Amino acid sequence: MGAIYVMWLRQLKRYWRSRARMVGSLAQPVLFLVALGFGFGPIFQKAGGGNYIDFLSPGIIAMSILFTAMFNGIEVIWDRQFGFLKETLVAPVSRYKIMLGRTLGGATVASLQGLVILIITLALGFRPSSFLGVLLSFVFMFLIAMLFTAFGTAVASRLEDMQAFPLIINFIIMPLFFLSGALFPLDSLPGALKLVTQLNPLSYGVDGLRGALTGVSHLGLGMDFLVLIVLGFIVTLIGSYLFSKIEV
Amino acid sequence: MEDIIQVKNLIKKFQNLTAVDNISFSVKKGEVFSFLGPNGAGKTTTIKMLTTLLSPTSGEMLVNGFNPMHEKDSARHSFGIVFQDPSLDDELTAYENMEFHAVLYNVNEHLRKTRIEHLLKFVGLWERRNDQVKVFSGGMKRRLEIARGLVHHPKILFLDEPTIGLDPQTRNFLWRYIKELNKKEKMTVFLTTHYMEEAEKISDRVAVIDHGKIVAMGTPAELKKKTKSKTLEDAFLKLTGKIIREEEATAKDRMRIRGRAWGRR
Repeated sequence: MGAIYVMWLRQLKRYWRSRARMVGSLAQPVLFLVALGFGFGPIFQKAGGGNYIDFLSPGIIAMSILFTAMFNGIEVIWDRQFGFLKETLVAPVSRYKIMLGRTLGGATVASLQGLVILIITLALGFRPSSFLGVLLSFVFMFLIAMLFTAFGTAVASRLEDMQAFPLIINFIIMPLFFLSGALFPLDSLPGALKLVTQLNPLSYGVDGLRGALTGVSHLGLGMDFLVLIVLGFIVTLIGSYLFSKIEV
Repeated sequence: MEDIIQVKNLIKKFQNLTAVDNISFSVKKGEVFSFLGPNGAGKTTTIKMLTTLLSPTSGEMLVNGFNPMHEKDSARHSFGIVFQDPSLDDELTAYENMEFHAVLYNVNEHLRKTRIEHLLKFVGLWERRNDQVKVFSGGMKRRLEIARGLVHHPKILFLDEPTIGLDPQTRNFLWRYIKELNKKEKMTVFLTTHYMEEAEKISDRVAVIDHGKIVAMGTPAELKKKTKSKTLEDAFLKLTGKIIREEEATAKDRMRIRGRAWGRR
């Protein structure tokens, strides 16, 4: 067993053991799906947008991955407060490996959460266009998960306690989510706002997921894939650098 | 004998507090060396710097020949540490905490199993090994923490006030075990404690630190002679005075205060 593996396993065990939290975190995406999906559905249809559940489902899957991934990354702060962080920081293992292990673990957890939401959307009437597309969507789920877990870890490496937590939710997670095309199409937005959405990495994640699941992609699956993987790589590098510089 | 820890003119300043004020000392290979000092004297800060958790403001350190600032990984390979404050994962079981540590410290599978069983039995937690740590009492957590610190046998073992909150049974076990490791494996032990009788019994040499400065250093016998005291406790009180110190803000308290400024440390 290597260090990366035990760090990964730890994240999974923690996830599995806090099933209450897991069920709780399903409530929000389901509420969004039901309230927005059925609420805006008829208007969306009248406006010529097609089936809103089909449009919305990939967006909500991306949302739940974004939230779970960021929170998993930010768990570094928890570890700092409960002291466990020290145990990993003095271990005779490169901190890059420690960071990579926990990021992979967090990303796996977030992908699993995305998978659960996908199953729920199927129950609510979402119909992916092809089986192959569903398989492809797993790739995008993991890429989104990896990018934002690493991002959360990077942010948390520079924070010392939970005070900043509401800031992160309100100034990072919420804008990322609302301006990603998860809830509405981006093509008819005013110029400045459109630019913001193009700079938002989650836009590529949502587009990639939607492309894989429904066959309709705006930016092109290749482009989505490329942006996510390159950014994911860069953010993981920055994250592990910041993580390696943590002082307790 | 060669020095396994060398510290020269080490200084650590936090905003307006000098926690460690220009200290120099060395620890010989195979020695049991105690750092004694009142609350807030700078003991934990020194250990944190030696164990790569904190960077010094200035000064030089060598741990097993490596600079903890620049050769972090090699330095970390040389030591193990039992922290003063909790560092367990509450969501994992006692056994998993032990195993996690053993894997990180590269203890091979066979040794891992036998040592974990042996240690957990000794601290009386073997029956509870599959319980999550969050249901444990404070004393049980402390015992687990001690057991975990002994799963691997490093060249240097740091013990930061290891016996705080331990019952006499576990305390006895701990000192016996450490003495044995020290003899058999020539393991160097660097410890801090408030219990002077313990320090007197186990240490080859002690350093008394106060207000970030080393005020005396030598064998317990030397210190007693120097201060004309019967016990090390008396010697300690003569060296550091009887005034009760203000408790040093723990890392966590400092963290709470500074954490309010977002992203700054």
